[in-house]
Amino acid sequence: MAGGLLLGFSKWLGTTTLSGGIRNIGWIIPTLQTIHILGVAVLFSSAILVDLRVLRVLQRDAPLPEVAQRFLPWIWPVLLVLLASGSLLIVGEPRRTLLNTVFYLKMALLLVALALTASLQRWFTPTGWDSSRGRQVAGRLAAVLSILVWCGILFAGRWIAYTQAG
Amino acid sequence: MRFDQLIALFEGSSVADSIRENDNLFPLIESIHVLAIALVVGSIAAVDLRLLGLAWTSRPVSRVTGGILPLTWCAFTVAALSGALMLISNATKYLANGYLVAKMILIAMAGVNMLAFHFIAARDRLRWDNQVRLPLAARFAGVMSILLWIAVVTCGRWIGFTMKVV
Repeated sequence: MAGGLLLGFSKWLGTTTLSGGIRNIGWIIPTLQTIHILGVAVLFSSAILVDLRVLRVLQRDAPLPEVAQRFLPWIWPVLLVLLASGSLLIVGEPRRTLLNTVFYLKMALLLVALALTASLQRWFTPTGWDSSRGRQVAGRLAAVLSILVWCGILFAGRWIAYTQAG
Repeated sequence: MRFDQLIALFEGSSVADSIRENDNLFPLIESIHVLAIALVVGSIAAVDLRLLGLAWTSRPVSRVTGGILPLTWCAFTVAALSGALMLISNATKYLANGYLVAKMILIAMAGVNMLAFHFIAARDRLRWDNQVRLPLAARFAGVMSILLWIAVVTCGRWIGFTMKVV
């Protein structure tokens, strides 16, 4: 039922003028993908640099709240660029993503990553984020989870190309 | 041994053969490559923004580079190795691809830019390490770095659209 609706929607979306334009002008899809990857680079690196600071791998001489406030806020405006370029890619080739389980896995992981980022951003304030041993352990677990989830998002993103429906 | 003989040797190796034959190996290596490139570009961009006086200006340049560039180098190593594996799987075709050749030249230019910064612009670094506004040579290196890496990613994405390997 839901699958049928999605199939119908994908087919309809694929017939729109915008979709045809994105698909038929050769440089548009690679350009959108390039913008998308550059956005991913900023987002992913920001998250990883903070996670590595939490795990005390890099930037140990800078206070964690400073590192977190330096990198994490970048994620939100860049996310808009990613949503815009990603949406246009979906409009151009709806069946490639909307009928692809890996795409939904990527979106689910993205929600987890964003929830995690938002909580870390609130948590790593100058006052007492590491006030107890328990909070330090929780912070490290969150950092490891964040690394895994972001890596999962990137893998899923690339795998969409290999699992698309005909 | 001539260059084309060397290429044929790599291309005929069992490693190259596995990457060609196994359905999941190429996407896996490609995903790792994208992940590594994202970290290279994102982390370098953070350093470049400091050189341009646009971000984290309260922190000395040497501390920003010292805290971030180790990640850049690790990621670059992974990107180079995974890139080499993809390259040898179809070396003749890849080396005939203009975008791949352009990408290699652009990476070399980014390397020259980095060396120029290190040996020329950063010679009197102690004088401006704490400053917000850096000397022109350092700012120039920052701009060049951002532009070159954007061009590298663009060429990389274009390789995928001008090669039909998988």
